[in-house]
Amino acid sequence: MQMHFEYSVEGGNFSQAGLTSSQVKKTLKQLNVNGAVIKRTVVALYEAEVNIVAHAYGGTILVDIDEEKIVIELRDEGPGIEDIGKTMEIGYSTATPEVREMGFGAGMGLSNMNNNSDLLEITSEVGKGTCVKIINHFKDDNNGNK
Amino acid sequence: MKIKEIVSLTNGSLITGEENLEQLIERAFSSDLMSDVLTVRSDKLLLLTGLVNIQAIRTAEMSDICCVVFVRNKKVSEEMVNIARENRIAIIQTPYSMFKASGILYSAGIQPVY
Repeated sequence: MQMHFEYSVEGGNFSQAGLTSSQVKKTLKQLNVNGAVIKRTVVALYEAEVNIVAHAYGGTILVDIDEEKIVIELRDEGPGIEDIGKTMEIGYSTATPEVREMGFGAGMGLSNMNNNSDLLEITSEVGKGTCVKIINHFKDDNNGNK
Repeated sequence: MKIKEIVSLTNGSLITGEENLEQLIERAFSSDLMSDVLTVRSDKLLLLTGLVNIQAIRTAEMSDICCVVFVRNKKVSEEMVNIARENRIAIIQTPYSMFKASGILYSAGIQPVY
């Protein structure tokens, strides 16, 4: 089994934030993936998707699924991140008041993403954009241990 | 506790989720911060919030929360109802404040997450 999906995300469009995560969740449910793994995956993805909407001009989400794992790549065009290490600190945020009004922007997103993925890789170029890669394995042996 | 009892204890109105009324809730989390809600791993969880927007429903969807209580009678949009319906999430609207609704449910036996 090899599945590939691509979704585009519009920066600033909060009413659409979460649509990709919702579609990925439905796909994983149809594939009968373990419920705990689905939850970890979509929580990490949703935080990352909200980040594109909140901080970037737009982006693409690439999803690849095989028998063992899901690989998600979120590529955005945006301001990029100057200090990735700092964004991992709980409480650090550059979110606008608008983002905070949506219930985000408290500086928890990246640590949430990290806690809910087997592998999280973030690369960024200031002035160009950010790429976030999330890999989760379907065999649920990492759940809660990270 | 069944969702139908939560409707009655909070003096609430069920906006959507007739089919959820018999579903059991064990724990509740009260928050307007969705990132905080997304850290919760409990099942059979109820969310009480004053944040009335699509993200509250999307957060419930991602976290497998089957019932959201919106406090202080805040108006729920049609789009929110549609997303909730699609994902079988019950929405309750209560006139009570977050403090009062949480207190009543806690006294009635709903457990906290932390």
